[in-house]
Formats: sequence, C-alpha cells, structure tokens
Amino acid sequence: MELTILFAPLVGAILCGFGWRAFGETAAMSIATGLLFLSALLSWVAFLTFDGTTEQIQILRFIESGSLSTDWSIRMDRLTAIMLIVITTVSSLVHLYSFGYMDKDPQWKDDESYKPRFFAYLSFFTFAMLMLVTSDNLVQMFFGWEGVGVASYLLIGFYYRKPSANAAAIKAFVVNRVGDFGFALGIFALFLLTDSIRFDDIFAAAPGLAETQLSFLWGEWNAANVIAILLFIGAMGKSAQLFLHTWLPDAMEGPTPVSALIHAATMVTAGVFLICRMSPIMEFAPEATMFITFIGATTAFFAATVGLVQTDIKRVIAYSTCSQLGYMFVAAGVGMYSAAMFHLFTHAFFKAMLFLGAGSVIHAMHHEQDMTNYGGLRKKIPYTFAAMLIGTLAITGVGIPLTYIGFSGFLSKDAIIESAFAGGSAYGFWMLVAAAAMTSFYSWRLMFMTFFGEARGNKHTHDHAHESPMVMLIPLGVLALGSIFAGMLWYNSFFGHTDQVGKFYGIPVAEAGAEDHAEGAEEGNAALVTEDQGAEGEHHYAFAGQPGEGALYMAPDNHVLDDAHDAPVWVKVSPFVAMLIGLLGALWFYIWNPTLPGRLAESQRPIYLFLKNKWYFDELYNVVFVQPAKWIGRQLWKKGDGKIIDGTLNGVAMGIVPFLTRLAGRAQSGYIFTYAFAMVIGIAVLITWMTLGGAN
Amino acid sequence: MDNLLSITTFIPALAALILALFLRGSDAAAQRNAKWVAMFATTATFLVSLFILFEFDASNPGFQFVEQADWLLGLQYKMGVDGISVLFVMLTTFMMPLVIAASWNVTDRVKEYMIAFLLLETLMLGVFMALDLVLFYLFFEAGLIPMFLIIGIWGGANRIYASFKFFLYTFLGSVLMLVAMVAMFSDAGSTDIAVLLNHEFDAGTFSILGIQIVGGMQTLMFLAFFASFAVKMPMWPVHTWLPDAHVQAPTAGSVVLAAILLKMGGYGFLRFSLPMFPVGSEVLAPLVLWMSAIAIVYTSLVALVQQDMKKLIAYSSVAHMGFVTMGIFAANQQGLDGAIFQMISHGFISGALFMCVGVIYDRMHTREIDAYGGLVNRMPAYALVFLFFTMANVGLPGTSGFVGEFLTLMGVFQVNTWVAAVATTGVILSAAYALWLYRRVVLGDLIKESLKSITDMTRREKLIFAPLVAMTLLLGIYPALVLDIIGPSVSALVNNYDTATTAAAAALQVVGN
Repeated sequence: MELTILFAPLVGAILCGFGWRAFGETAAMSIATGLLFLSALLSWVAFLTFDGTTEQIQILRFIESGSLSTDWSIRMDRLTAIMLIVITTVSSLVHLYSFGYMDKDPQWKDDESYKPRFFAYLSFFTFAMLMLVTSDNLVQMFFGWEGVGVASYLLIGFYYRKPSANAAAIKAFVVNRVGDFGFALGIFALFLLTDSIRFDDIFAAAPGLAETQLSFLWGEWNAANVIAILLFIGAMGKSAQLFLHTWLPDAMEGPTPVSALIHAATMVTAGVFLICRMSPIMEFAPEATMFITFIGATTAFFAATVGLVQTDIKRVIAYSTCSQLGYMFVAAGVGMYSAAMFHLFTHAFFKAMLFLGAGSVIHAMHHEQDMTNYGGLRKKIPYTFAAMLIGTLAITGVGIPLTYIGFSGFLSKDAIIESAFAGGSAYGFWMLVAAAAMTSFYSWRLMFMTFFGEARGNKHTHDHAHESPMVMLIPLGVLALGSIFAGMLWYNSFFGHTDQVGKFYGIPVAEAGAEDHAEGAEEGNAALVTEDQGAEGEHHYAFAGQPGEGALYMAPDNHVLDDAHDAPVWVKVSPFVAMLIGLLGALWFYIWNPTLPGRLAESQRPIYLFLKNKWYFDELYNVVFVQPAKWIGRQLWKKGDGKIIDGTLNGVAMGIVPFLTRLAGRAQSGYIFTYAFAMVIGIAVLITWMTLGGAN
Repeated sequence: MDNLLSITTFIPALAALILALFLRGSDAAAQRNAKWVAMFATTATFLVSLFILFEFDASNPGFQFVEQADWLLGLQYKMGVDGISVLFVMLTTFMMPLVIAASWNVTDRVKEYMIAFLLLETLMLGVFMALDLVLFYLFFEAGLIPMFLIIGIWGGANRIYASFKFFLYTFLGSVLMLVAMVAMFSDAGSTDIAVLLNHEFDAGTFSILGIQIVGGMQTLMFLAFFASFAVKMPMWPVHTWLPDAHVQAPTAGSVVLAAILLKMGGYGFLRFSLPMFPVGSEVLAPLVLWMSAIAIVYTSLVALVQQDMKKLIAYSSVAHMGFVTMGIFAANQQGLDGAIFQMISHGFISGALFMCVGVIYDRMHTREIDAYGGLVNRMPAYALVFLFFTMANVGLPGTSGFVGEFLTLMGVFQVNTWVAAVATTGVILSAAYALWLYRRVVLGDLIKESLKSITDMTRREKLIFAPLVAMTLLLGIYPALVLDIIGPSVSALVNNYDTATTAAAAALQVVGN
C-alpha cells in the first residue's frame, strides 16, 4: 500500500508527461489526477488505521561507500502518515481544480499544448514530496528535498516566456540551494559523528551528540547544536524563513494552483517537517532551538508587517504563508513539535483553500491580481466568497475562547501561542500575538478589498466576472470542511493530554509520579500516593521514550505541553483579542473609513515604502551578493585567468610560441602526419634512452 | 580470451590503419565509408569491452585480465585492469560510438578525422590499462597528438593558439613526470606498475639547499607527477588551457576532451600518486585540498560571467574536477569512491552538455549565449534534454551528478571542515550559472529573427542522447552499479595508504624522540 501511495504520482507524471500525445490531453490529465486520488485514498486509509508502530520498507540499495550505507526505503510512522494525507489530499484536489483553472490559459496560444506538462509537473512534485516525507534516511530525504525544488523551479517558471517568471524560478532554486548548503553540511557532520545517516542510528546516537564536541570551521562546538543549526539553515531555505525568504513572494509568478500546493500546503512546510523529524537531535540542542524560536518568531512578525500593505492578492497570501511558517518554527523551537505539526496540518487546509479561492477570484477577474481593481465581488462569485470567508475565519483563528470549539486555525494557532508562553519564550509569545493581530488585519483587508465596497478598476472585467466551474468549486468545498473541522477533530491527538499525544505518535509515556511512587512505596504508603495521583488526573503522564521511539521525541523533562494547558487565562485569550483588534482595524480602514489607508500611506510615507518594498531585502541582497559575485567573476576571469595565470605561463613560453606557430603553419599545409610521426618517434627515443640509461 | 584487453585496445587502431591504407578519395561515398568504418569499429570495441565488465570479478581488488609480453629493447608490454581502472575503460568505449555519431556532419577531411579519433581511442584505452611505466607514459603522451591535431585542424578560428596552449601546458607538465619515472625505475629496478605499487619509496625527510623536505623522495616524486596530472585534470591555477581548447575544438573533440581525457589526470593520481607516494601525498594533501576548494569557487564565479556557452561549460568542468581532486586527497573511502564516481558521471554529463552546445552550433554556427533565447518554443525535445543535463550538472539527486559530489564532500568533511564548507558553496554557484545559462539560451520568448526557423533535434541526435540520459539516471538512482565495482579496490587503496602514513608518522615520532 505504501508503495502504491508513493509511486502512483510518479507513474502519473510519466504517463501524462510523455504519453499525452498517444492518448490525448484529457485522458493524460485524467490518468494523473486519478492516480493521485488513489494515492490520497490509500493515504487516508494508512493514516486512520495506523497503530503507532514504526514500520520500514526497503525498496532498493542506494549509495553505499565504506561504512556509509543508504537505501531507498520507506519509514512509516505518525509523522509520515500526517504528511501523507496532507500532501495527497491537497495535491489531488489541486489536480482536479487545475482542470478548470488551467483551461484556456491566455498565456498560451490556442494550438499549444501546455496542460499535460502542467499536470506532469504537479504529479512529479507530489512524488518528490512523498519521497521526502517517507524517507528513512537523510540522503533520500535530500533527494526529495531537491526534487521538490526542481518541481518548484519548473512550475514557477511554467510561463517560460515571461522574464519575471524565469527570474523567479532561478531565484527560488538558488536561494533554496543556500539552505541546502547548510543541510548538506549537517548531513556530513552527522555522518562524521554517528557513522550513519539512517534515522534510527542517528536518533540512537543523539544523546551522545549532546556530550560531543565537534571542531567545525574556526572553533569547537557542541555537536548537537551545530548539527541542529545546520539542518535548520536547510529548513530556513525551504520554508522561506527570514533571510532566506525572498524567493517565496516571487514564486507567485507560477500558476495559482501551484502556489496552493507547493508554496502553501506542502513544500514550504518541509522545513518544519525536517525539524520535527529530527526532534531527537533538537531536544539535545538548547541553543539551536532558541535560535529556531527566534528566527521563527521574527519571521512571523516580519512577514505579517509586509503583508499589511501588499496589493497583489497572491502576494498577501504568500507573506501570510511565510508568517504562519514562522509560527510552526516557534512551536518546534520551544519543543512542542506536535503543535508545529498540528498547525502544519490545519494550515495546509485553510491556506490551500485561500490560494485556490484567490485563484477562483483571479479566474473570475480574467487574471487580474491587483486587489485595488477588485471590490464588491461577493455577489458575483458567492461560492468563492463563502470559501474565502471560511478560510479567513480559520486563519485569523476564530473560535470560542477557552473552549475547544472553533475553526481549525483557532485551535492550532492558540496551541502554538500557548506553547511559546509555556516554553518560556517571552519574545516568541509577544511576536506571535502581534503577528496574530496583523494576520487578522491583512486577511480581513483582503476580504474587504475583494468582496466588499464598490467595484474598482476595469468595468468590463467586473461585468464579466463569473463564478468558477464545479471542478474548481468542489476542491474548495472539501478544503472548507478541513478548515472548519480539522482542528476540532484532531485537537486531542496533537495537543491533548500527554498520554493522548503519546499514543498518537507512538511515544511511550509513564506516570508522572512514577518516581514519587517508588519512593512512596519504600515508605510504606503506596496506596495513598496512588490515590493522590488518580485524583489529580491531568498531570498523570510524562513522555518516557528513548530517542527514536515513536515519531517524535520529547525529553522526559519537556513539560511544555502540560504547562501550555495550564497557561493563565490572559495568555489563552490573547490571540483571540489580537484577532478582534485586527478585525476591527480592518473594518475601520476598509469599510467605515475607506480613505484612511491612502492618507496614512501619504503621511507615513517612509514606513509605508519600507513595508511595501519588503524591508528592502531584495535590493540589499542584490548589492551584497549578486552584483559582487558577478564583479568578482569578471575580475577573476579577466585579471586572474587572463593577466596573471596566462600572462605568467605564456610569458615563460613566449620564446617558443612564435616558433611553434610557424611550425603549425607548416603542419597545416600538409606536413601534419610527418609531424605527428616525428613526435611519436621522439617520445619513443626519449623513453628508450631513459630505460637504457636507467638500467645502467 | 586471454588477450581481451589488447583486443579491445587495438580494434580502433586497426580500423584506423585500414582507413589509412585502403580508403581512397574524398567523395561522398568515401566519406560515408570512413564514418561507417569508424562507427563499426567503436561499436565493436564497446561490445568487446562488455566482456571485460561482465567477466570482471568485483570482489577481487587486484589486477585482472593481466597480459604480459616482452617487446622492443627489453621493455615490457603489460596490461591489466582493476576496480579503479575498469570503469574508465568502459566509459571510453561507451562514449566513442556516440562521439562518432555526433561527428556525422563533418565534411572536411573525414578520413583523417576518423583516423584521429580512432587512434585517440586506442591511446586512451591504453592509458587506463597499461601496467608498465613506459607503456603508460607512451599512451599518456601520445594521446596528446591526435587531440592536438583534432583541435588544430578541425577547430575554430583561433585554433592554432588553443592547440599550442593545450599542447604546451600538458607537455611541459609531463617532462617532470618523466624525470620522476626515471627516478622510480632506478630506485625500484622495475617499470612494472604492480611491482612499483608494492615498493616502498623512501620517505625519510632530508634537506636540499637548506630547505627541509618532509616526506623526502616521495614528496619530490609526488610533485613531479603532480605537475603532469594537475595540468591534465586541470586544476586551478593551471586550468586556463581548457576553456580555450574547448572553445576551439570541434564538438566531438570537446566531448572526448571533457568526458575522457580529463579523467587521465584523476586516474594518474589514483594509480600513481596516492598508492605509490602515500607519505608525499599526505604531506601535500592540505595544499591540494585547498587548491581544489579554490578551483570550485573560482571557476564557478568565472563561469557565471561567460558569454560563450562552451567556455561556461568548460569552467564548470574545472569546478567539477575540483570535487574529484578534493575527494581523492581526502584519501578515505567516501572521498575516493566519490571522486571516481564523479569522474565517470562527469564523463556522461559534460559530454552530453557539449553535445547540447553542438546541436545548436550545427544550426546557428555560433556559441554566443546572446545569440540565442526562447529555443523552447521551437525545440521542445532539445529543451528537455538540455534541462535534464543542466540539472545533472548541478548535482541534482537522482542523477549521477549528485552521488559524486555528495560523496566527495562527505569524504572531505571528515578531513577538513573548512575545505568542505568552501567547496559546498560551489553547489550554490553551480545552480546559479547553470540555470542562468539555460534561461538565456532556452527560455523566454523567441524573438530573434535568425532563430525563427530553427528545427528541433533530429532522430540521430535524439539517439545520441538517449544512452547518456539512461546512464545518468541509472547511476543516479542505483549507484551501486559503480560503487560495487570500485569499492574493494578503493578499500584496499585506502588501507595501504593508512598503513603507510601511520607507519611514517610513527617513524617520525621515533626520530623525534
């Protein structure tokens, strides 16, 4: 079954990409889509029947060199199972949606066949992503990691005639490679220290790494911390965290279904997945996880500020994704990997839906993406409006405070904010609360600018705005269900009591009072202690697994989960308050007083421009990295190769060259074989002389 | 078959002889015959060489299929292959039919052209099989001549300069190697490589003119060989002949140069430097590692700003060879496995990339990047193939380009994290220059008037690329095909190396005490 889940998309990609001429466009696309639905169906079966025990399936030998031994193989545990349903569900829906969205794309001429290529790329991406999450070693994971990078490159640059799309594709690939630089070094360091890159071996060796010193570059470092940071650099690239985030907004050059699948629900969460997967190392790397928390929180804040002023509908959602990924990293950084996975899970539904909804708007508006040209669309496209509304309620975290009833984002985001507080990261907590307010503001701003108010922009376009076809609306409906219910249904599994979470992930738990219990028994009043424990109820259990047992590792002294549940009430309601502030702000700015945004932008021009230009990261990188690299390249070429190396070496040979050139001139005119023959003889004579001389 | 290696080696030479003696005239029929003879001979060579591969006992780290005979002046003819060399033999025989097929449009002096390539194949195969010092030297140096002629006669406008640069660099390097060979013979009393491999060259430190030479004779001999192999690789900073040679060489010449000739330097390091002068290698390894790391970054940066497609790919080749030398002088299993793998893989990938350039050069007669743009609109098959090899060139996992890079970096990380970190930045830069090249040539709208009627790849061209795509994928997904064969020999090499260097270190301690 696992093999079918994994390879069905690959088969689909190959059949669709190479076979469409043979069995027609529609058939090819249907095959790819059908295989993905099969994969999704099996994934749900696998997820729902999964019993918590890790299973491994070996497929084929991979790189083997000395003590390095890797296989192509599947590791099936809870983390994998979660990712499987996220990937295949969103992917199959996006396939379906693309039937409508990609039909009669104005970027192409009528006789051009672009759809099978698009579907093949989507399916190939899905395969690579599945390889990433099912891997049982770091090399196969790296294969998936780079594979999704290529798929992303191809899909961002899908409109290959557009220079901006091509530039964005290269940018995405190269910036990701900067992250891969760290990831690769992390793999090498792990191999150096543990002599293996299989997860089982690494996890078993993790406690030892905390005690090991690694001499890396200029210093001696704690091995666990160095490795954790190197791996996190990889995660930063893939998940578009601050400093390596610049590619994600540009990636919106790709068709909208791509943004939904790759740049919202799946690929960009691979970094979060990596950190969760490596939780046995992270638990022993306190400084590194502080760094992760810091970067995550800062990204969440930074991206939210930029999202406030963007007018391209897709870019707003892109920055929102960047920001939400920051939330997940904060959760992982404070040791609540389960909360990170929870948000990853719910975010996949509502963010994919927001993107597909945005796609539906764009589709309706004839590929207009600027929100300043929208307005009043809720009557024209009511289903899309409903879907976007649900998505917005989910992302802003609407629910009933202090209960477990709410949209999926309410539960998972609150879980993270509470974890950040409980994990002792005041910085993380406040940044995330601030980001929550801004999230609410820009999400509602998007809604108000798009669906409310007066129609702006091209009147003709507005007159012809039309609701999308069913193939596009059905995926929205399915994702809407996920956005509403996913949080409530799985809350206990991801963020319930310790024993529930432990059971979900297959992590052994022990009674928290086990030690007291033993001591009590010695004192002869065991019965009393047991009763006390029983009466307390909530604090009954603590994680007790060894690294590698279960899908996540949380050290026995990791109490963040319990502490988060016991967080003060003001902490628990703070995200809700933040959400209300954002909502009211958006209402004030865009419904009650629509001229205010423009006036504010005028009066606070520097701040506005700073945000509008995304904190000038692109400009900065261009000056600091891109231009110098080209300048150095030219200098090395002209001066280094040309003047210094050739100058010197040719200078030495200067006396001979003219002579040889004359000789060559003669060789040209027919003496060539004589010349070659002479050289062979010359060498032969030389060697003979050498041999005879040497023998004496 | 006792003479399998000799048969394989000399089939092309025999065909060249037949062409030289019997083919008359230069009309279309004669040209066609010349091509078909060459195609037949190279294909036959490949088929025969398959026997070597199938009969090869991978578990045996020693030399196999050994042939030995006396010839002129008391010299010895000795051939054999082990796990290190057998795949280079296969790479050569595999590439040559493709090279001939890629030359199908040559019209100038076709007979001589084919003779040059056939002789070149024999000489290249000889290099990888020779088990006698003199024989090796003969093949190694004589191989220069056909290549020199290929560039000099069938090359581009500035071919004379390029061919002499190529010739001078490589030839001057080998003079020093010759001296070292004389020294080796006088020390060991034999030119048999198998004997020399077991001979312990003196590694005692001594001083000349007040300069202390750690590792003694071994270091000196290492340097002498290094002078030759480093140029052949080519290593920074003696790499500048390569871009010029590539630019001026005809497509097929570039393919052979990149795919096979460059591997001779790496093979030399593996056959001579590392096993015969382990102490010398150990002494100079840090220098070589740093030269490799610099090469990777330096040439990648230079590749970024090239205007000529072939130059760009040539610089990229130098960077990839940097991974090879780095892996070799990491001197551990992963490094060496990776280096050999990288050389084999680079043979396919760079060969294919030069053929990709050849495809459009044949149509447009220019290699200027700016002359192209938007080819995907009219050449979808070409765009796909070029993309595939671009991705392989940047070391995408799943293609063979990844395995070599990954293993060499992993090997060198265990030795020197600085070198590993610097070299890993090459992974970023390679993505930048390769994708940018692809974008400028293939992507975008097709605007240029001159390109409006360009045609996609012909059936012949597709057939040439098919085996290369297959090998690149196959080795990328199932690298054990290569690693199983080279593993035991490399492992033996690493063990000997470790033993020798440990003993030398112990000896130094004793002296020190």
